[in-house]
Amino acid sequence: MAERERRLTPPRGGVFVPRVQVLTAQDVQRALIRIAHEIIERNHGLEEVVLVGLQTGGVPLSFRIASVLEEMEGTSVPVGLLDVAFYRDDIGIRPVLPEAATDIPGDLTGQLVVLVDDVLFTGRTVRAALNALSDYGRARAVQLAVMVDRGHRELPIRPDFVGKNMPTRIDEQVDVSLDGVVLGDVVPR
Amino acid sequence: MTDAPRAPSPALETPKGSRRHLLSIAELGAEGIEEILEVSDAFVEVGRRSIPKVPSLRGRTVVTLFAEQSTRTRLSFETAAKRLSADVLSFSVDSSSVKKGESLRDTVQTVAAMGVDAFVVRHTSAGAPAAVARWVDASVVNAGDGWHEHPTQALLDCYTIRQVLAERAGRPLEEAGVECFVGLRVAIVGDVRHSRVARSLVLALGALGAEVTLVSPGGLLPPSLEGWPLSGVSYDLDAVLPTVDVCYLLRLQSERGAGAFLPSVREYSTWYGLTSRRAALLPEDALVMHPGPMNRGIEIADDVAALPQSVVLRQVSNGVAVRMAVLFMLLGQVGSSGGARGLASTLASVPMAGDTG
Repeated sequence: MAERERRLTPPRGGVFVPRVQVLTAQDVQRALIRIAHEIIERNHGLEEVVLVGLQTGGVPLSFRIASVLEEMEGTSVPVGLLDVAFYRDDIGIRPVLPEAATDIPGDLTGQLVVLVDDVLFTGRTVRAALNALSDYGRARAVQLAVMVDRGHRELPIRPDFVGKNMPTRIDEQVDVSLDGVVLGDVVPR
Repeated sequence: MTDAPRAPSPALETPKGSRRHLLSIAELGAEGIEEILEVSDAFVEVGRRSIPKVPSLRGRTVVTLFAEQSTRTRLSFETAAKRLSADVLSFSVDSSSVKKGESLRDTVQTVAAMGVDAFVVRHTSAGAPAAVARWVDASVVNAGDGWHEHPTQALLDCYTIRQVLAERAGRPLEEAGVECFVGLRVAIVGDVRHSRVARSLVLALGALGAEVTLVSPGGLLPPSLEGWPLSGVSYDLDAVLPTVDVCYLLRLQSERGAGAFLPSVREYSTWYGLTSRRAALLPEDALVMHPGPMNRGIEIADDVAALPQSVVLRQVSNGVAVRMAVLFMLLGQVGSSGGARGLASTLASVPMAGDTG
Protein backbone atom coordinates (compact mmCIF):
# COMPACT_ATOMS: atom_id res chain seq x y z
CA MET A 1 0.00 0.00 0.00
CA ALA A 2 1.14 3.44 -0.87
CA GLU A 3 2.16 4.65 2.55
CA ARG A 4 3.69 7.89 1.35
CA GLU A 5 0.68 8.81 -0.78
CA ARG A 6 -1.63 8.16 2.11
CA ARG A 7 0.50 10.30 4.39
CA LEU A 8 0.33 13.17 1.94
CA THR A 9 -3.32 12.97 1.05
CA PRO A 10 -5.05 16.22 1.89
CA PRO A 11 -5.95 17.55 4.26
CA ARG A 12 -3.76 15.66 6.73
CA GLY A 13 -3.44 12.17 5.41
CA GLY A 14 -5.42 9.27 6.75
CA VAL A 15 -5.14 6.17 8.87
CA PHE A 16 -6.15 2.73 7.65
CA VAL A 17 -8.70 1.15 9.99
CA PRO A 18 -9.20 -2.57 9.25
CA ARG A 19 -12.75 -3.96 9.27
CA VAL A 20 -12.89 -7.49 7.77
CA GLN A 21 -10.22 -10.03 7.00
CA VAL A 22 -11.19 -11.30 3.55
CA LEU A 23 -8.31 -13.68 2.80
CA THR A 24 -5.93 -15.30 5.26
CA ALA A 25 -2.21 -15.72 4.67
CA GLN A 26 -2.93 -19.26 3.52
CA ASP A 27 -5.60 -18.09 1.08
CA VAL A 28 -3.13 -15.61 -0.41
CA GLN A 29 -0.53 -18.34 -0.73
CA ARG A 30 -3.02 -20.65 -2.50
CA ALA A 31 -4.09 -17.88 -4.85
CA LEU A 32 -0.45 -17.14 -5.72
CA ILE A 33 0.15 -20.84 -6.50
CA ARG A 34 -2.95 -20.89 -8.72
CA ILE A 35 -1.83 -17.69 -10.49
CA ALA A 36 1.60 -19.25 -11.05
CA HIS A 37 -0.06 -22.32 -12.61
CA GLU A 38 -2.20 -20.10 -14.83
CA ILE A 39 0.84 -18.12 -16.00
CA ILE A 40 2.57 -21.35 -17.07
CA GLU A 41 -0.60 -22.70 -18.67
CA ARG A 42 -1.39 -19.54 -20.62
CA ASN A 43 2.14 -19.15 -21.94
CA HIS A 44 2.92 -22.86 -22.48
CA GLY A 45 5.90 -22.62 -20.17
CA LEU A 46 8.05 -19.79 -18.95
CA GLU A 47 10.13 -18.96 -21.98
CA GLU A 48 10.90 -15.22 -22.13
CA VAL A 49 8.54 -14.54 -19.21
CA VAL A 50 9.54 -11.58 -17.02
CA LEU A 51 7.62 -10.64 -13.88
CA VAL A 52 7.36 -6.92 -13.16
CA GLY A 53 6.08 -5.97 -9.71
CA LEU A 54 4.55 -2.53 -9.28
CA GLN A 55 6.02 -0.49 -6.43
CA THR A 56 5.28 -1.02 -3.70
CA GLY A 57 2.30 -3.39 -3.25
CA GLY A 58 3.12 -5.68 -6.17
CA VAL A 59 6.75 -6.25 -5.21
CA PRO A 60 6.45 -8.95 -2.51
CA LEU A 61 3.77 -10.71 -4.57
CA SER A 62 5.97 -10.81 -7.66
CA PHE A 63 8.91 -12.29 -5.73
CA ARG A 64 6.59 -14.87 -4.21
CA ILE A 65 5.17 -15.85 -7.61
CA ALA A 66 8.72 -16.09 -8.99
CA SER A 67 9.77 -18.51 -6.27
CA VAL A 68 6.62 -20.64 -6.80
CA LEU A 69 7.33 -20.71 -10.56
CA GLU A 70 10.89 -21.80 -9.88
CA GLU A 71 9.73 -24.64 -7.62
CA MET A 72 7.27 -25.84 -10.27
CA GLU A 73 9.29 -25.49 -13.47
CA GLY A 74 12.86 -25.43 -12.22
CA THR A 75 13.70 -22.23 -14.12
CA SER A 76 14.26 -18.89 -12.48
CA VAL A 77 12.15 -16.07 -13.85
CA PRO A 78 13.63 -12.54 -13.85
CA VAL A 79 11.77 -10.08 -11.61
CA GLY A 80 11.71 -6.34 -12.32
CA LEU A 81 10.38 -3.56 -10.13
CA LEU A 82 8.49 -0.61 -11.58
CA ASP A 83 7.46 2.69 -10.04
CA VAL A 84 4.88 4.46 -12.17
CA ALA A 85 4.77 7.83 -10.37
CA PHE A 86 6.29 9.75 -13.29
CA TYR A 87 3.68 8.38 -15.70
CA ARG A 88 0.55 9.03 -13.68
CA ASP A 89 -2.20 11.22 -15.13
CA ASP A 90 -3.04 12.84 -11.80
CA ILE A 91 0.24 14.69 -11.28
CA GLY A 92 -0.81 18.14 -10.12
CA ILE A 93 -4.18 16.91 -8.87
CA ARG A 94 -2.95 14.76 -6.06
CA PRO A 95 0.39 14.45 -4.30
CA VAL A 96 2.39 12.05 -6.44
CA LEU A 97 5.85 11.01 -5.34
CA PRO A 98 7.89 7.96 -6.34
CA GLU A 99 7.72 5.22 -3.73
CA ALA A 100 10.94 3.49 -4.66
CA ALA A 101 13.28 3.31 -7.60
CA THR A 102 12.53 1.33 -10.73
CA ASP A 103 14.74 -1.67 -11.47
CA ILE A 104 14.05 -3.42 -14.78
CA PRO A 105 16.49 -6.17 -15.80
CA GLY A 106 17.67 -5.33 -19.30
CA ASP A 107 15.72 -4.66 -22.47
CA LEU A 108 12.13 -5.94 -22.55
CA THR A 109 11.93 -6.14 -26.34
CA GLY A 110 10.47 -9.51 -27.34
CA GLN A 111 9.84 -10.53 -23.71
CA LEU A 112 6.54 -11.60 -22.24
CA VAL A 113 5.88 -9.27 -19.33
CA VAL A 114 3.54 -10.21 -16.49
CA LEU A 115 2.71 -7.09 -14.48
CA VAL A 116 1.98 -7.90 -10.83
CA ASP A 117 0.07 -5.59 -8.49
CA ASP A 118 -1.82 -5.96 -5.24
CA VAL A 119 -5.13 -4.25 -6.07
CA LEU A 120 -6.76 -3.44 -9.41
CA PHE A 121 -9.08 -0.45 -8.92
CA THR A 122 -9.53 2.40 -11.41
CA GLY A 123 -6.96 0.95 -13.81
CA ARG A 124 -4.99 4.18 -13.91
CA THR A 125 -1.88 2.70 -12.28
CA VAL A 126 -1.87 -0.05 -14.91
CA ARG A 127 -2.30 2.53 -17.67
CA ALA A 128 0.74 4.39 -16.29
CA ALA A 129 2.64 1.10 -16.00
CA LEU A 130 1.97 0.28 -19.67
CA ASN A 131 3.41 3.64 -20.70
CA ALA A 132 6.40 3.16 -18.41
CA LEU A 133 7.10 -0.33 -19.79
CA SER A 134 7.26 0.97 -23.34
CA ASP A 135 10.32 3.02 -22.32
CA TYR A 136 12.16 -0.24 -21.64
CA GLY A 137 11.54 -1.82 -25.03
CA ARG A 138 8.68 -3.36 -27.02
CA ALA A 139 7.43 -6.33 -25.04
CA ARG A 140 5.95 -9.16 -27.12
CA ALA A 141 2.91 -9.14 -24.85
CA VAL A 142 1.93 -7.75 -21.47
CA GLN A 143 -0.32 -9.64 -19.06
CA LEU A 144 -1.71 -8.48 -15.73
CA ALA A 145 -1.84 -10.42 -12.46
CA VAL A 146 -3.51 -8.91 -9.36
CA MET A 147 -4.34 -10.29 -5.95
CA VAL A 148 -7.62 -8.36 -5.67
CA ASP A 149 -9.87 -6.94 -8.37
CA ARG A 150 -12.12 -4.51 -6.52
CA GLY A 151 -14.01 -3.05 -9.49
CA HIS A 152 -14.70 0.67 -10.20
CA ARG A 153 -12.67 0.70 -13.40
CA GLU A 154 -12.27 4.05 -15.18
CA LEU A 155 -10.34 2.68 -18.16
CA PRO A 156 -10.81 -0.33 -20.48
CA ILE A 157 -8.36 -2.55 -18.59
CA ARG A 158 -8.92 -6.11 -17.35
CA PRO A 159 -6.68 -8.52 -15.45
CA ASP A 160 -5.47 -11.83 -16.89
CA PHE A 161 -4.88 -13.49 -13.51
CA VAL A 162 -6.93 -12.64 -10.41
CA GLY A 163 -6.50 -13.83 -6.84
CA LYS A 164 -9.94 -12.69 -5.71
CA ASN A 165 -12.76 -10.70 -7.27
CA MET A 166 -14.04 -8.47 -4.51
CA PRO A 167 -16.90 -6.01 -4.93
CA THR A 168 -16.23 -2.90 -2.80
CA ARG A 169 -17.58 0.56 -2.11
CA ILE A 170 -15.52 3.26 -3.77
CA ASP A 171 -14.55 4.83 -0.44
CA GLU A 172 -13.29 1.60 1.10
CA GLN A 173 -9.67 0.59 1.25
CA VAL A 174 -8.14 -2.81 0.48
CA ASP A 175 -4.91 -3.78 2.18
CA VAL A 176 -2.97 -6.65 0.60
CA SER A 177 0.11 -8.34 1.96
CA LEU A 178 1.46 -11.87 2.13
CA ASP A 179 -0.25 -12.02 5.54
CA GLY A 180 -3.69 -11.72 3.98
CA VAL A 181 -6.22 -9.34 2.51
CA VAL A 182 -8.06 -6.90 4.76
CA LEU A 183 -10.96 -4.61 3.89
CA GLY A 184 -11.19 -1.38 5.85
CA ASP A 185 -11.59 2.37 5.70
CA VAL A 186 -9.28 5.35 5.58
CA VAL A 187 -10.15 7.72 8.39
CA PRO A 188 -8.84 11.29 8.25
CA ARG A 189 -6.19 11.95 10.84
CA MET B 1 -3.37 62.69 -1.68
CA THR B 2 -1.28 60.41 0.41
CA ASP B 3 -0.10 57.03 -0.69
CA ALA B 4 -2.34 54.10 0.20
CA PRO B 5 -0.73 51.81 2.76
CA ARG B 6 1.33 49.17 1.03
CA ALA B 7 -0.40 45.87 0.75
CA PRO B 8 1.44 43.20 2.71
CA SER B 9 3.39 40.97 0.39
CA PRO B 10 1.87 37.52 0.12
CA ALA B 11 3.56 35.23 2.61
CA LEU B 12 5.81 32.56 1.20
CA GLU B 13 4.04 29.68 2.83
CA THR B 14 5.81 26.38 2.76
CA PRO B 15 3.79 23.85 4.71
CA LYS B 16 5.14 20.35 4.43
CA GLY B 17 4.38 18.50 1.24
CA SER B 18 3.12 21.59 -0.53
CA ARG B 19 6.27 23.57 -1.18
CA ARG B 20 5.86 26.19 -3.89
CA HIS B 21 9.41 27.53 -4.07
CA LEU B 22 12.93 26.43 -3.33
CA LEU B 23 14.70 29.60 -2.23
CA SER B 24 17.10 28.42 0.46
CA ILE B 25 18.32 25.40 2.37
CA ALA B 26 17.41 27.22 5.56
CA GLU B 27 13.68 26.84 4.82
CA LEU B 28 13.93 23.10 4.05
CA GLY B 29 15.14 21.64 7.32
CA ALA B 30 16.46 18.10 7.70
CA GLU B 31 13.15 16.53 6.76
CA GLY B 32 12.78 18.54 3.56
CA ILE B 33 16.34 17.70 2.53
CA GLU B 34 15.79 14.01 3.19
CA GLU B 35 12.63 13.97 1.11
CA ILE B 36 14.37 15.56 -1.88
CA LEU B 37 17.31 13.14 -1.61
CA GLU B 38 14.92 10.18 -1.58
CA VAL B 39 12.97 11.38 -4.60
CA SER B 40 16.29 11.98 -6.40
CA ASP B 41 17.03 8.23 -6.24
CA ALA B 42 14.17 7.57 -8.63
CA PHE B 43 15.49 10.18 -11.07
CA VAL B 44 19.02 8.76 -10.98
CA GLU B 45 17.45 5.56 -12.29
CA VAL B 46 15.69 7.53 -15.04
CA GLY B 47 19.08 8.96 -16.04
CA ARG B 48 20.51 5.46 -16.51
CA ARG B 49 17.84 4.37 -18.99
CA SER B 50 18.42 4.21 -22.72
CA ILE B 51 15.61 6.77 -23.07
CA PRO B 52 16.21 9.00 -20.04
CA LYS B 53 12.94 10.89 -20.24
CA VAL B 54 9.59 10.69 -18.45
CA PRO B 55 6.32 12.47 -19.32
CA SER B 56 5.64 13.85 -15.83
CA LEU B 57 5.63 17.59 -16.59
CA ARG B 58 4.22 17.58 -20.10
CA GLY B 59 2.70 20.92 -20.94
CA ARG B 60 4.48 22.80 -18.15
CA THR B 61 6.83 25.63 -18.97
CA VAL B 62 10.07 26.30 -17.12
CA VAL B 63 11.99 29.54 -17.68
CA THR B 64 15.66 29.77 -16.81
CA LEU B 65 16.36 33.39 -15.96
CA PHE B 66 20.09 33.89 -15.51
CA ALA B 67 21.42 37.33 -14.69
CA GLU B 68 24.92 35.97 -14.15
CA GLN B 69 27.19 33.69 -16.15
CA SER B 70 26.80 29.97 -15.74
CA THR B 71 27.40 26.84 -17.76
CA ARG B 72 26.72 23.84 -15.59
CA THR B 73 23.85 25.12 -13.49
CA ARG B 74 21.89 26.42 -16.43
CA LEU B 75 22.46 23.38 -18.62
CA SER B 76 21.78 21.12 -15.66
CA PHE B 77 18.40 22.74 -14.98
CA GLU B 78 17.50 22.76 -18.67
CA THR B 79 18.43 19.09 -19.04
CA ALA B 80 16.42 18.28 -15.93
CA ALA B 81 13.34 20.12 -17.19
CA LYS B 82 13.58 18.51 -20.64
CA ARG B 83 13.93 15.03 -19.15
CA LEU B 84 10.67 15.71 -17.33
CA SER B 85 9.10 16.66 -20.70
CA ALA B 86 8.58 20.30 -19.66
CA ASP B 87 9.07 23.06 -22.21
CA VAL B 88 12.09 25.20 -21.49
CA LEU B 89 12.47 28.88 -22.26
CA SER B 90 15.92 30.25 -21.82
CA PHE B 91 16.38 33.83 -20.82
CA SER B 92 19.69 35.55 -20.57
CA VAL B 93 19.78 39.08 -19.21
CA ASP B 94 22.68 40.05 -21.45
CA SER B 95 20.62 39.66 -24.63
CA SER B 96 17.24 40.89 -23.36
CA SER B 97 15.22 44.05 -22.88
CA VAL B 98 16.90 44.48 -19.51
CA LYS B 99 19.67 46.04 -21.57
CA LYS B 100 17.11 48.59 -22.79
CA GLY B 101 16.42 49.56 -19.20
CA GLU B 102 13.47 47.34 -18.33
CA SER B 103 13.37 46.52 -14.63
CA LEU B 104 13.69 42.94 -13.41
CA ARG B 105 10.16 43.11 -12.08
CA ASP B 106 8.65 44.18 -15.40
CA THR B 107 10.69 41.61 -17.27
CA VAL B 108 9.65 38.80 -14.98
CA GLN B 109 5.99 39.76 -15.01
CA THR B 110 6.03 40.01 -18.80
CA VAL B 111 7.49 36.53 -19.12
CA ALA B 112 5.06 35.23 -16.49
CA ALA B 113 2.14 36.60 -18.47
CA MET B 114 3.04 34.22 -21.28
CA GLY B 115 2.02 31.36 -18.99
CA VAL B 116 5.03 30.08 -17.11
CA ASP B 117 4.93 27.45 -14.38
CA ALA B 118 8.41 27.87 -12.92
CA PHE B 119 11.26 30.33 -12.91
CA VAL B 120 14.79 29.14 -12.27
CA VAL B 121 16.57 32.32 -11.18
CA ARG B 122 20.22 33.17 -10.85
CA HIS B 123 21.12 36.71 -9.92
CA THR B 124 24.08 38.69 -8.63
CA SER B 125 21.92 40.16 -5.85
CA ALA B 126 21.02 38.14 -2.79
CA GLY B 127 17.26 37.87 -2.42
CA ALA B 128 16.42 38.32 -6.11
CA PRO B 129 14.74 34.89 -6.39
CA ALA B 130 12.67 35.63 -3.28
CA ALA B 131 11.58 38.91 -4.86
CA VAL B 132 10.60 37.11 -8.06
CA ALA B 133 8.57 34.67 -5.95
CA ARG B 134 6.55 37.59 -4.59
CA TRP B 135 5.92 39.07 -8.03
CA VAL B 136 4.61 36.01 -9.87
CA ASP B 137 2.29 33.07 -9.28
CA ALA B 138 4.76 30.56 -10.68
CA SER B 139 7.14 28.43 -8.64
CA VAL B 140 10.63 29.84 -8.19
CA VAL B 141 13.88 27.92 -7.79
CA ASN B 142 16.94 29.75 -6.55
CA ALA B 143 19.86 28.82 -8.82
CA GLY B 144 22.29 31.02 -6.89
CA ASP B 145 21.77 34.55 -5.62
CA GLY B 146 24.79 36.70 -4.85
CA TRP B 147 26.61 35.53 -1.73
CA HIS B 148 23.39 34.18 -0.23
CA GLU B 149 22.51 30.60 -1.20
CA HIS B 150 22.71 27.98 -3.95
CA PRO B 151 20.37 25.32 -2.56
CA THR B 152 20.37 22.82 -5.43
CA GLN B 153 24.18 22.67 -5.37
CA ALA B 154 24.14 21.78 -1.67
CA LEU B 155 21.44 19.16 -2.31
CA LEU B 156 23.39 17.51 -5.10
CA ASP B 157 26.54 17.53 -2.94
CA CYS B 158 24.66 15.84 -0.10
CA TYR B 159 23.18 13.39 -2.59
CA THR B 160 26.64 12.51 -3.93
CA ILE B 161 28.08 11.96 -0.45
CA ARG B 162 25.13 9.74 0.49
CA GLN B 163 25.38 7.77 -2.76
CA VAL B 164 29.10 7.08 -2.42
CA LEU B 165 28.80 6.11 1.26
CA ALA B 166 25.88 3.76 0.52
CA GLU B 167 27.84 2.11 -2.31
CA ARG B 168 30.84 1.58 -0.07
CA ALA B 169 28.68 0.08 2.65
CA GLY B 170 27.10 -2.18 0.04
CA ARG B 171 23.66 -0.93 0.97
CA PRO B 172 20.83 -0.26 -1.49
CA LEU B 173 20.22 3.48 -1.80
CA GLU B 174 16.56 3.34 -0.81
CA GLU B 175 17.60 2.10 2.62
CA ALA B 176 20.40 4.63 2.94
CA GLY B 177 18.39 7.30 4.76
CA VAL B 178 20.42 10.25 6.01
CA GLU B 179 22.05 8.62 9.04
CA CYS B 180 25.33 8.47 7.14
CA PHE B 181 25.68 12.24 7.69
CA VAL B 182 25.62 12.02 11.48
CA GLY B 183 29.15 12.68 12.70
CA LEU B 184 30.54 12.86 9.15
CA ARG B 185 33.60 15.12 9.23
CA VAL B 186 33.62 17.63 6.37
CA ALA B 187 36.20 20.32 5.70
CA ILE B 188 35.07 23.19 3.47
CA VAL B 189 38.21 24.84 2.18
CA GLY B 190 38.83 28.23 0.62
CA ASP B 191 36.86 31.28 -0.36
CA VAL B 192 33.94 30.95 2.04
CA ARG B 193 33.33 34.69 2.07
CA HIS B 194 32.08 34.89 -1.51
CA SER B 195 30.59 31.42 -1.66
CA ARG B 196 26.85 30.88 -1.70
CA VAL B 197 27.66 27.20 -2.16
CA ALA B 198 29.47 27.14 1.19
CA ARG B 199 26.58 28.79 3.01
CA SER B 200 23.98 26.39 1.59
CA LEU B 201 26.22 23.38 2.14
CA VAL B 202 27.03 24.29 5.75
CA LEU B 203 23.32 24.72 6.48
CA ALA B 204 22.42 21.42 4.81
CA LEU B 205 25.20 19.35 6.36
CA GLY B 206 24.60 20.98 9.74
CA ALA B 207 20.89 20.14 9.58
CA LEU B 208 21.76 16.51 8.78
CA GLY B 209 24.17 16.23 11.71
CA ALA B 210 27.58 16.45 10.02
CA GLU B 211 30.58 18.09 11.70
CA VAL B 212 31.70 20.88 9.40
CA THR B 213 35.01 22.69 9.69
CA LEU B 214 35.80 25.76 7.61
CA VAL B 215 39.41 26.05 6.52
CA SER B 216 40.25 29.42 5.09
CA PRO B 217 42.59 32.36 5.39
CA GLY B 218 40.96 34.86 7.74
CA GLY B 219 40.34 37.34 4.97
CA LEU B 220 38.20 34.90 3.05
CA LEU B 221 35.87 34.13 5.94
CA PRO B 222 32.51 35.93 6.03
CA PRO B 223 32.32 38.96 8.36
CA SER B 224 30.07 36.97 10.69
CA LEU B 225 29.56 33.25 11.20
CA GLU B 226 26.61 33.69 13.50
CA GLY B 227 24.02 31.00 12.99
CA TRP B 228 26.34 28.74 10.99
CA PRO B 229 26.15 25.19 12.39
CA LEU B 230 29.93 24.65 12.49
CA SER B 231 32.11 22.47 14.62
CA GLY B 232 35.20 24.57 13.97
CA VAL B 233 37.19 27.07 11.95
CA SER B 234 40.82 26.49 11.10
CA TYR B 235 43.58 28.31 9.27
CA ASP B 236 45.77 25.22 8.94
CA LEU B 237 44.78 22.89 6.12
CA ASP B 238 47.60 20.39 6.75
CA ALA B 239 46.35 19.83 10.31
CA VAL B 240 42.73 19.33 9.29
CA LEU B 241 43.17 17.05 6.27
CA PRO B 242 44.09 13.82 8.14
CA THR B 243 40.88 14.08 10.20
CA VAL B 244 38.21 14.46 7.51
CA ASP B 245 35.88 12.19 5.57
CA VAL B 246 35.11 14.79 2.91
CA CYS B 247 37.35 17.59 1.64
CA TYR B 248 35.21 20.16 -0.16
CA LEU B 249 37.17 22.75 -2.12
CA LEU B 250 35.65 26.09 -3.04
CA ARG B 251 36.51 28.12 -6.08
CA LEU B 252 38.53 31.26 -5.51
CA GLN B 253 36.01 33.79 -6.82
CA SER B 254 38.31 36.34 -8.44
CA GLU B 255 35.36 37.97 -10.23
CA ARG B 256 33.91 38.91 -6.84
CA GLY B 257 37.20 40.44 -5.76
CA ALA B 258 38.57 37.54 -3.74
CA GLY B 259 42.04 38.65 -4.75
CA ALA B 260 41.67 41.84 -2.71
CA PHE B 261 41.46 39.79 0.49
CA LEU B 262 44.69 37.92 -0.18
CA PRO B 263 48.35 38.90 -0.37
CA SER B 264 48.60 36.93 -3.62
CA VAL B 265 46.90 34.07 -5.42
CA ARG B 266 50.19 32.16 -5.36
CA GLU B 267 50.41 32.41 -1.61
CA TYR B 268 46.80 31.22 -1.32
CA SER B 269 47.59 28.29 -3.54
CA THR B 270 50.67 27.42 -1.47
CA TRP B 271 48.76 27.35 1.83
CA TYR B 272 45.26 26.27 0.82
CA GLY B 273 45.55 24.53 -2.56
CA LEU B 274 45.02 20.76 -2.55
CA THR B 275 48.30 19.65 -4.07
CA SER B 276 49.16 15.98 -4.47
CA ARG B 277 51.40 16.26 -1.38
CA ARG B 278 48.41 17.47 0.65
CA ALA B 279 46.04 14.93 -0.91
CA ALA B 280 48.35 12.24 0.51
CA LEU B 281 47.54 13.55 4.02
CA LEU B 282 43.86 12.70 3.52
CA PRO B 283 42.57 9.38 4.87
CA GLU B 284 42.57 6.81 2.08
CA ASP B 285 38.80 6.78 1.58
CA ALA B 286 38.17 10.51 1.99
CA LEU B 287 36.19 12.18 -0.79
CA VAL B 288 37.44 15.20 -2.71
CA MET B 289 34.66 17.46 -3.97
CA HIS B 290 34.45 20.73 -5.87
CA PRO B 291 31.34 22.58 -7.06
CA GLY B 292 33.04 23.71 -10.26
CA PRO B 293 34.19 25.48 -12.26
CA MET B 294 37.64 24.41 -11.06
CA ASN B 295 40.63 26.74 -11.04
CA ARG B 296 43.16 24.02 -11.72
CA GLY B 297 46.50 24.83 -10.12
CA ILE B 298 44.95 27.27 -7.61
CA GLU B 299 42.57 25.52 -5.20
CA ILE B 300 43.03 22.06 -6.69
CA ALA B 301 46.04 20.57 -8.46
CA ASP B 302 45.57 19.01 -11.87
CA ASP B 303 46.49 15.50 -10.77
CA VAL B 304 44.32 15.68 -7.64
CA ALA B 305 41.24 16.43 -9.69
CA ALA B 306 41.85 13.16 -11.51
CA LEU B 307 42.26 11.00 -8.38
CA PRO B 308 39.72 8.22 -7.76
CA GLN B 309 38.64 9.94 -4.50
CA SER B 310 37.56 12.93 -6.58
CA VAL B 311 33.83 12.77 -7.30
CA VAL B 312 33.60 16.07 -9.18
CA LEU B 313 32.01 14.62 -12.32
CA ARG B 314 29.64 12.52 -10.25
CA GLN B 315 28.46 15.74 -8.60
CA VAL B 316 27.62 17.07 -12.06
CA SER B 317 25.67 14.02 -13.22
CA ASN B 318 23.80 13.77 -9.92
CA GLY B 319 22.96 17.46 -10.32
CA VAL B 320 20.57 16.67 -13.17
CA ALA B 321 18.72 14.05 -11.12
CA VAL B 322 18.47 16.25 -8.03
CA ARG B 323 17.15 19.17 -10.09
CA MET B 324 14.62 16.85 -11.72
CA ALA B 325 13.46 15.91 -8.23
CA VAL B 326 13.17 19.57 -7.21
CA LEU B 327 11.24 20.58 -10.34
CA PHE B 328 9.00 17.52 -10.07
CA MET B 329 8.22 18.18 -6.42
CA LEU B 330 7.47 21.87 -6.99
CA LEU B 331 5.49 21.51 -10.21
CA GLY B 332 3.92 18.12 -9.71
CA GLN B 333 2.15 18.96 -6.50
CA VAL B 334 -1.51 19.67 -5.95
CA GLY B 335 -2.65 23.09 -7.11
CA SER B 336 0.60 24.01 -8.83
CA SER B 337 -0.35 26.46 -11.55
CA GLY B 338 -0.37 23.95 -14.40
CA GLY B 339 -2.55 21.54 -12.51
CA ALA B 340 -4.87 24.25 -11.34
CA ARG B 341 -5.40 25.55 -14.82
CA GLY B 342 -7.49 22.72 -16.17
CA LEU B 343 -7.56 19.87 -13.76
CA ALA B 344 -8.65 21.23 -10.40
CA SER B 345 -12.29 20.75 -11.28
CA THR B 346 -11.77 17.03 -11.52
CA LEU B 347 -10.31 16.97 -8.03
CA ALA B 348 -13.57 15.99 -6.43
CA SER B 349 -13.83 12.81 -8.46
CA VAL B 350 -10.37 11.55 -7.59
CA PRO B 351 -10.63 8.64 -5.15
CA MET B 352 -8.88 8.76 -1.80
CA ALA B 353 -5.24 8.00 -2.16
CA GLY B 354 -3.92 4.80 -0.74
CA ASP B 355 -4.69 2.19 -3.23
CA THR B 356 -4.45 4.00 -6.45
CA GLY B 357 -5.82 1.28 -8.54
